[in-house]
Amino acid sequence: MDLAYTEAEEEFRAGLREWLAAVLPSLPAKPGPDDWPGRRAYDTTWQRMLYDAGYAGLHWPVDAGGRGATPSQHLIFLEETEKAGAPYVGANFVGLLHAGPTIAAEGSAGQRARWLPPVLRGDEIWCQGFSEPEAGSDLASLRTRAVRDGDHYVVSGQKIWTSHAEVADWCELLVRTDPGAPRHRGISWLAMEMDAPGVTVRPLRTLAGSTEFAEMFLDEVRVPVSHRVGAENDGWRVTMVTLSFERGTAFVGEVVACRRTLAALAAGARANGRWDDPVLRRRLGRLNAEFRALWRLTQWNVSEAQRSGGVPGAGGSVFKLRYSHARQELYEAAAEVLGADSGDLDREWVLDRLSSLSYTIAAGTSQIQRNIVAERILGLPKGR
Amino acid sequence: MDFQLSDDQRALRAGARELLAGRFGRDRMRAALDSGTGLDRALWRELGEAGFFALRLPEAQGGVGLGLPEAVLLFEEAGRSLLPGPLIATHLAAGAVKGAAEGGAVVAALDAGQPVGHLGDADGLLLLGPGQARAVTAGQMLRDAVRDCAEPVRSLDPLTPLWRVTGPFGPGEPLPGGGARLRDEGALLAAAEQLGSAARTTEMAVQHAGEREQFGSPIGSFQAVKHLCAGMLVRAELARSAVYAAAVTADRAEIAGAKLLADDAAVRNARDCLQVHGGMGFTWEADVHLHLKRAWLRSGQWLTAAAAEEALAADLC
Repeated sequence: MDLAYTEAEEEFRAGLREWLAAVLPSLPAKPGPDDWPGRRAYDTTWQRMLYDAGYAGLHWPVDAGGRGATPSQHLIFLEETEKAGAPYVGANFVGLLHAGPTIAAEGSAGQRARWLPPVLRGDEIWCQGFSEPEAGSDLASLRTRAVRDGDHYVVSGQKIWTSHAEVADWCELLVRTDPGAPRHRGISWLAMEMDAPGVTVRPLRTLAGSTEFAEMFLDEVRVPVSHRVGAENDGWRVTMVTLSFERGTAFVGEVVACRRTLAALAAGARANGRWDDPVLRRRLGRLNAEFRALWRLTQWNVSEAQRSGGVPGAGGSVFKLRYSHARQELYEAAAEVLGADSGDLDREWVLDRLSSLSYTIAAGTSQIQRNIVAERILGLPKGR
Repeated sequence: MDFQLSDDQRALRAGARELLAGRFGRDRMRAALDSGTGLDRALWRELGEAGFFALRLPEAQGGVGLGLPEAVLLFEEAGRSLLPGPLIATHLAAGAVKGAAEGGAVVAALDAGQPVGHLGDADGLLLLGPGQARAVTAGQMLRDAVRDCAEPVRSLDPLTPLWRVTGPFGPGEPLPGGGARLRDEGALLAAAEQLGSAARTTEMAVQHAGEREQFGSPIGSFQAVKHLCAGMLVRAELARSAVYAAAVTADRAEIAGAKLLADDAAVRNARDCLQVHGGMGFTWEADVHLHLKRAWLRSGQWLTAAAAEEALAADLC
């Protein structure tokens, strides 16, 4: 067991730190949460800066245009960018963490050449068309149909919870291509252009008042057959490749952010006198233990992935279960620190408290994650 | 960074598990429970020969020369197997109390205001003060003091006899490193025992859930049971990361976090394991109550939740 980073890893960290200090001041001001064109411009500008400096697609394989970094280096990248206050992956999330790695792993040479470079350069934004009103956690029951018509699929149906749909150029779309097959077997993975005729996007307003995601209506949208990644009706397997990336390292930077928020809460409590309340103080102490341990668990999972060849395992579900709960607890504690001000939406942390309600639902609910842990790690029988 | 067990560490853990399975398997544990007699001195000596107590002593002093991470792996195995005795105090006393390193002496620990485990069997005693720590090593003086200044308590944990101390316990000799270091290391090793117990009760629950049938199916196929088991694994694995990292860094705040999370994992996993076992779990015959009782005792030893949380809060400033 060794928590020290190697000399090469520390060199990488030092170079990254130096670069961040030099370039971050030139980044334009962060746009408001509902300014979608502004958010797209901000996120793609940042991606282009990463690309020009050679940091784009750090963890992607070299033959896909990435740097082929080790999981440890990826961890350092996420840690340092968060510490420096650099932007999150934002609108590039699906392209960099879902669709890109899936195309890199399963796409043809032509598909890789067409779709991967624009993701790395920040030229094209992807969104995810997986969930449907009747198929959220039970993804395999999705109903959006794709009927073959010559060189095209004709796609009709509805998708939901689609983040960044308003500004996306492409959608990784799961469709049913064989309605007669068993439900996991008749699904295909398509890349759909968002400006194709028949695509309608309608923003959904969240309980936090923002428009974080949208619903998407598909009315006889024509998608070229050449835009299918993987074999027809083999989309479920392709999707499982995608999901293993989602749960792997998606939350690493956020643990660093949570530790910073916790320190800010302690400072806030000392400033307003709430620190003298031993119940609140001990609560913050316990959260310190939680986030320290979550960071160590991340290092454990990353080291394990590094030894096993880089594929994230079910350990991501163990992490997500505890993390999503701890992060909600963090903002409950924030409300206690704020006291009477916790009703003021303009105060720091109040909006975060609302947003945190999604953590135990998004990217697989806690209930689904518990099934994954119980069945895939503990080997308990499938059932209901 | 490579935060995984090395091959040597894996071998050490496997060796410890094998030793304990052979010398303190379930039958021996239940026999010890039924007989209610004192510590098994022969087993204590064997643990000494296996390096349990001298693990961190330098080789020049007859020790094994390993560090806290390796000690944590041994104590995790001890926790799994419900091995009784003042293991931590004797380990901490190696090199300072004659015979402790070899397993020839049993050393207990006295923390002011706390009942003392295994005092009746002790050949030496660690006195943990707020600043410094001392050791009482004169056997006759200790036996006199036990007779005059201590009385047995009917212990919650049937494998940990407890004594309440009613008077002063002699001066003792100062120990190197002082009280803070001993407390930190004791808390870490107790956390390791809690981790072993938490992992073991998870296995017991999963095994039972896979075998026990109700309504025509293994109960482990029901989501309500499945989710209890998943929660147990999550607690144990988070505690594992915290305990191993604290062993590598020996950082005070990391140790406090490790003890807090490992206490939580051991106690709550034992409770959930009991729940998964249903009525069987409430019987004397099932081992789960022994894990829970030991976990409760350990939660109050070396570092309590309140003290750990305060230390972790202070670390935020």
